[in-house]
Amino acid sequence: MSSWVDLAIISIVLLNLMVISSSRISACIQITALQGIIIGLFPLIVDLNSITVGTIVFSAVSVALKGFVFPCLLFRAQREANIRKEVESIGGYPFSLLMGVAVFLISCWLSSRLPYTHPLLSKWAVPVSLAAFFTGLFIIVSRVKALTQVIGYLVLENGIYLFGMALLVKQSLLVELAILLDIFVAVFVMGIAIFHISREFDHIDTQNLDELKDWVISQQEL
Amino acid sequence: MAITILIAAPLITGFVSFFIRNDYFRRFLLITCAGIHLALTCSALVRRPDACWGGCFALDSIGVIFLTITSLLFLGAVIYGVKYLCDEKRHSNDVSTEGGFFSPEAVFIGCLLLFLSTMTAVIVSRHLGVLWVAIEATTLASAPLIYFHRTKRSLEATWKYLLICSVGIALALLGIFFLAVAIANDSGDLILNKVIDNAAQMNIPWLKAAFLFIFVGYGTKMGLAPFHTWLPDAHSEAPSVVSALLSGALLNCAFLGILRMYQICIAAGLAKYCQEIFILFGLLSVFFAAFFILGQLDYKRMLAYSSIEHMGILALGVGLGGGAVLGAMLNAFSHSLTKAGLFFIAGNILSHYGTKYISEVKGIIKGKIRWSGILWFIGFLLITGTPPSGIFLGKFMILKEAVYQGRYWLILIFLLSLAIIFIGMARIFISMTQGVPSEKVETRPLTRNRFWYISPSAVFFILVVIMGVYLPTWLLKILSGAAEALGGF
Repeated sequence: MSSWVDLAIISIVLLNLMVISSSRISACIQITALQGIIIGLFPLIVDLNSITVGTIVFSAVSVALKGFVFPCLLFRAQREANIRKEVESIGGYPFSLLMGVAVFLISCWLSSRLPYTHPLLSKWAVPVSLAAFFTGLFIIVSRVKALTQVIGYLVLENGIYLFGMALLVKQSLLVELAILLDIFVAVFVMGIAIFHISREFDHIDTQNLDELKDWVISQQEL
Repeated sequence: MAITILIAAPLITGFVSFFIRNDYFRRFLLITCAGIHLALTCSALVRRPDACWGGCFALDSIGVIFLTITSLLFLGAVIYGVKYLCDEKRHSNDVSTEGGFFSPEAVFIGCLLLFLSTMTAVIVSRHLGVLWVAIEATTLASAPLIYFHRTKRSLEATWKYLLICSVGIALALLGIFFLAVAIANDSGDLILNKVIDNAAQMNIPWLKAAFLFIFVGYGTKMGLAPFHTWLPDAHSEAPSVVSALLSGALLNCAFLGILRMYQICIAAGLAKYCQEIFILFGLLSVFFAAFFILGQLDYKRMLAYSSIEHMGILALGVGLGGGAVLGAMLNAFSHSLTKAGLFFIAGNILSHYGTKYISEVKGIIKGKIRWSGILWFIGFLLITGTPPSGIFLGKFMILKEAVYQGRYWLILIFLLSLAIIFIGMARIFISMTQGVPSEKVETRPLTRNRFWYISPSAVFFILVVIMGVYLPTWLLKILSGAAEALGGF
């Protein structure tokens, strides 16, 4: 059984590296969706003997949202904004890939220093979840397009979810579903915001969202 | 039961308002709902309602304080906001015809009610997972409110708000998972009372990490420096009603999230560790705010930085412990009312002069909106903590505790920052209210019903002054009850 878990965890690391080094936005969306599906299936593959109705419902909802609804929303936003590629990210893609590896190593180091009291899913689960978390954070900070930042947010959420799963943190099903609902609405609202940004500015480069700042206010506005 | 109605009434009315076509009926619903909310809150002040939903929702003394602030503020904002919506409609004819399935006003009122519902949920929830869900929901309900004017600038503010707060709150979720790991027994139950009962057996390193993540996560939403970057943008671009609610109610709700975690840490014997963090970031926020207020060109941004300052003061008060906690609670109450009143007046000035630049607004007292000018100046005196103000009392209690503990460096930085803030704000407020009105700026007549534009602020200011002079015993009891729960007295 643990071989399946390890396989899934390794694939998540690889997907992290793929999403951080890809410039095509549709590819990024697909990779994130695949990652979401794998993580959504975790409650099922962890322990095949103790599957309850609750875990099946939760797993189905998260796979449906992360694997199908989010990509649909993002693809729609992409069509409306009419973009295919992320512009050259800060530092370039080879640098991003190096950062992805560095982030993974740092996560390994961090998780080796944490004292574990809980039974672990796999000894790789915590470093990988932290790596996904930091990868998402890095994407949000380093990318220019608003859409890619949302993808970063999803990778980050995937990381947090995997963490919860890795340490077998039990929460009531209702709360888990509410958290999913929140993330769903967040992506939905961000999608609408992207639509408005592309309509107002003719692009979704957040670098150009720079009118609001202190002290230096352009006088042309007056 | 009362708690369920407090959350459900605005929730249901909010969803219904999206589909109501008649403007007047929708506004009527909004005011009625706000009134019912305040009435229920007042009844909760008299008799604490029972816990419901298996202990997930309950009201304690900290919750009662924040609920009263939110409810009172919301009613004031609604009275002001309905007037504002009427005028907005009169001044711009093309708004209602613009695309979209729902009219902008329906979205605005619907989101306002959802915002109230989610904030109430934050205040009453005793389950940390539910608390997280509610705090994230406040972000989502308020984002469309910030984008109400549909300009490029408000869009930029909305995007920053959405992304920065969502990422911040995601950090808090990781913190909550850390907390679940720290709970040694295998129940994994995140209901506050149970966590506090079992706090003695917690795993300390995980708990420390959990506190840090939750502090940074909710601190982003609360606007503590250096995670405050979304705050001035959102406050300056949102309609003034929304700015008032963001500043007076939402920031407090995020603070409540941190306080819940702090309660757990106190029970686990980590109070000292948390207090140092509160003091560090509190002092940093006050210092940052002082720095940015000094050269401010935009009066709504200035108010936003003043909110950062006050959030810093709250954190500082809680961090110092002892008598300062009571001061912080008092300050939370007074700051919310004063700041909301100031934002309402800022809205009046904005709609009269049509500009947010300080340099273009001069001599309000001599102009047509004299009363707004007078209240603007009174508000300045109250917010900077001039004696007959609740804020003065709060700051004084915090300082007294700092002196008692002999933290002279802290006092020096704190007082220096407060002095800079006073000078920076005095320059702005005096030049705006006094001076010769410039002739080249075109002014727009504020509508006939000026009474409703001024009265919410006036009432709030009077309440703040009363609180600075006389604290009724029942209020003092609630405030000190909250202070005790937070390790003070």
